[in-house]
Amino acid sequence: MTEVTETQLAGIGVRHEFTTASGERVSVLSHRTGRRELAVFSKDDPDACSTVLHLSPDDTRTLSELLGASPVGEAVSAVQRLEGVAIDWIRLRPGSAPVGTTIGAGRLRTRTGTSVVALVRAGETVPAPGPEVAMAAEDLVVAIGTPDGLRQLRVLLEA
Amino acid sequence: MIPLVAAASGETAVVFIEIGAIALVLSVLARLAGRLGITAIPLYLLAGLAVGEGGLVPLDVSADFIQLAGEIGVLLLLLTLGLEYSGDELRHGLRTGAGPGVIDAVANFTPGLVVGLVLGWAPAVALLLGGVCWVSSSGVVSKVLTDLDRLGNRETPAVLNLLVIEDLAMAVYLPVVGALIVGRGAADTTVTVAIALAAVSVILAVALRWGDHLSGLLAPASDEALLLAVFGLTLLVGGLAQEVQVSAAIGAFLVGLALSGSVQARAAAVVGPLRDLFAATFFLFFSFSVDPSDLVGVLVPAGLLAVLGILGKLLSGWVAARSAAAGTPGRLRAGTVLIARGEFSVVIAALGAATADGAELGALAAAYVLITAIAGPLAAKLSDRMASRLVRTD
Repeated sequence: MTEVTETQLAGIGVRHEFTTASGERVSVLSHRTGRRELAVFSKDDPDACSTVLHLSPDDTRTLSELLGASPVGEAVSAVQRLEGVAIDWIRLRPGSAPVGTTIGAGRLRTRTGTSVVALVRAGETVPAPGPEVAMAAEDLVVAIGTPDGLRQLRVLLEA
Repeated sequence: MIPLVAAASGETAVVFIEIGAIALVLSVLARLAGRLGITAIPLYLLAGLAVGEGGLVPLDVSADFIQLAGEIGVLLLLLTLGLEYSGDELRHGLRTGAGPGVIDAVANFTPGLVVGLVLGWAPAVALLLGGVCWVSSSGVVSKVLTDLDRLGNRETPAVLNLLVIEDLAMAVYLPVVGALIVGRGAADTTVTVAIALAAVSVILAVALRWGDHLSGLLAPASDEALLLAVFGLTLLVGGLAQEVQVSAAIGAFLVGLALSGSVQARAAAVVGPLRDLFAATFFLFFSFSVDPSDLVGVLVPAGLLAVLGILGKLLSGWVAARSAAAGTPGRLRAGTVLIARGEFSVVIAALGAATADGAELGALAAAYVLITAIAGPLAAKLSDRMASRLVRTD
């Protein structure tokens, strides 16, 4: 993926920028209200934006659908709208304790209150894995829960 | 049971008619301002002049109601100014914007202070005039940035950080001048300033460190309960602040600063419409109490201060944008967008209303805000054209 820089806009929202393969600098602005703006930097003045698309949350969904957004990203933004619920990705290091054990064996949900909602293995997503699914090294564990629960989960999975 | 509806006697009917007519006029002005791409504040001020004493159509019956509504308005206005930035944004702003913030303060505060002293005002009132000239209107700036599609520009984060710094500076400045204005002897003033500063430090520390826990208490409330809680807290803290000789407005501002996290955004959203209603009344009431004939007398100092204020903001914008590595056009854009003064300037002037030089300060502040709030957005638009010409000749 291209390198994306993030800038906080105090009182307004957050801005992400990247440079496309053909050298255009693109800026995506996420307002606190959920509105988005898409801007392309001017060729004449590298500090200014020349074109801007103003997108409502619905427009954003339509555009990202057309551009082929990943379903995981959609789920993430849905989760982020819920009060007190967070999402985290944990990469399993080779040789760490959970490698080779099943999700059920670690009793992760009982111990941390978090749920593993997906495993990403070699670019393939295993959605909603059951307790019988074994975890392998380099798996990306996607979990949701409270921020505290996710911290505990990270400790367990990185042991 | 008291028959509430029947109690609407002849006088109440007049009050309803007057307030209804004023609200409709303000609504038309707000639309006009939107059309012109400027803030409605200068137009509200003009409307206040027209219906005030010595104005075109003076009102008398509803003056008391407008005064009370205006005083609630200033509390809600400062609450939302405090709510504007989260704890993270305040911390980040302090880290990156402190340098330009100091230059901004020196370049824009000094002219007001000096002119106030030259006019022979009491030092405390001259300090207020310095504040009136200092602070950009964050409302106007973010509106102009949005309208001109500049949020993506390189200089924009630096401009917004400057607003954050001004907001934080107000948290210290307002209580101090508030205490100085009351000033009954040096010992008394020292105590009041000390109380105010201690309260500010505690609230800022709480907001920055434990803001999440504080908002956690309010977070489960429904929108209705949250609105009532925030409104109640604001008036209560404002009233208590007034009791200890710190202005009520400052108490409300601190409540806004203390609320952070997810509850901050929700509170801002639920209080917003209420703020719009009462704050419009505040601006109206402010110029309502300005005598139009006083305005003529302050035109020269107001014009001079406006020129100095424009130059001062051009300098602070230039410095802020340069620190963000923006080129000449970006620095010019940053300076012009900051020119507009507004809500804070009017609030600061209102703090001094009861002093001997209060009438003159009010008239001067009204004229100053009128000039800069109209000139600012126009200059910002013009700077786009100037910038593109600069780029072409490069």
